[in-house]
Amino acid sequence: MKVITANFVTCAVKDCKTSAASFPLHFHDAELEMQEIDFQPEFIRNVIPRIDWEGLRVTANELGFPSLPDSKPEGKALEDERTLKDLHRLLLETQVMEGRLVCGNCGHQYAIKEGIANFLLPSHLV
Amino acid sequence: MLPTPDTSHVSFDTIYEPSEDSYLFLDTLSSESESKWLSERFQKTNSDSLGHENNNSVPLVVEAGTGSGVVLAFAAAHSQKIFGRQDILTLGVDVNRNACLATRETVATAIKTNQIPTTDSGAPNLHTIHISSVTADLCTSLRPGSVDVLLFNPPYVPTEELPRLPTAAENDPATVQGLSRSAKFESESFFLSLTYAGGADGMETTNRLLDAVPGVLSSRGVAYVLLCKQNRPEEVKEVIRGWGGWNAETVGSSGMKAGWEKLVIVRIWRQGSDR
Repeated sequence: MKVITANFVTCAVKDCKTSAASFPLHFHDAELEMQEIDFQPEFIRNVIPRIDWEGLRVTANELGFPSLPDSKPEGKALEDERTLKDLHRLLLETQVMEGRLVCGNCGHQYAIKEGIANFLLPSHLV
Repeated sequence: MLPTPDTSHVSFDTIYEPSEDSYLFLDTLSSESESKWLSERFQKTNSDSLGHENNNSVPLVVEAGTGSGVVLAFAAAHSQKIFGRQDILTLGVDVNRNACLATRETVATAIKTNQIPTTDSGAPNLHTIHISSVTADLCTSLRPGSVDVLLFNPPYVPTEELPRLPTAAENDPATVQGLSRSAKFESESFFLSLTYAGGADGMETTNRLLDAVPGVLSSRGVAYVLLCKQNRPEEVKEVIRGWGGWNAETVGSSGMKAGWEKLVIVRIWRQGSDR
């Protein structure tokens, strides 16, 4: 799974939906793999508007990436190739192959194996 | 006609083999009328002078219940024709881990075949990025308001019982490896039943998906859901219109056949969100 996925998923437990602590899920013991993808500044510029920036900052920090800017790049900052390249690398080229995603609200752990995260719940949580 | 994604690598022991319903999905998304509608909704705009939400933002296309991945791969590989742009993100969801693995490959192959130039002559193109295939139940793991296009070809066959959901453990490759021959057969039959068995009126799973639609779609979001005649599509559309503020229209149909499995595809979107 590409790192950007963490920006679009949340805890599958119903009661966690209303809790701010359930997003983003937290990476634990993540094993990363890089997959090279042609750098397309336009693509990244069009991805940025739909990113939850605070959530991404948390994710980047947990995966050991250099700190992202405090606020989402806008206007002139979207022309800065360094920023766009960093985001390209983090969001699209970095894949989490093994590890866990953990909910900050209920503590449930979702395993990631061979790049596939498993969000199915045990029956008592459905 | 746009090429159908290759699924020759997929083992259909536990995965639904692309069939008439899958192909109706491909034909509907790529039809003149539907691709025009979608392209107008998602195409890039040059000016943002009125201060509207930046529509250049890449759409996130999600399929619930991908199976082999043939539908999502088709949308990914032909995004220019269907959505009027090369740059989209795709995410696949299925309760069967094998289907997730299959989908990942089907989508990657289709993008490579159709969107990435093989020679050095062309400049690198913008192309679809498949961000992940995840094992999950419908939309339960998706962040609210995040999905722009939701595709669903449900288990729509009326059955006496609705199969239960698989557990995380049943999807663990280590568990599957340890199964006896008969237990393996039973497990495969169970996963296959999930691909078609829809419970009462064939609607039990579809109704759960529909319940999630208003929460999971973005403001410009749209869902496509396939229904068979026994699902009573006209009633389903009335229910959706009764949500308040939502439209539902039939935008594809398997045609004149009188068989019980006459199929339609319904488009669901917010009223007043036409552009």
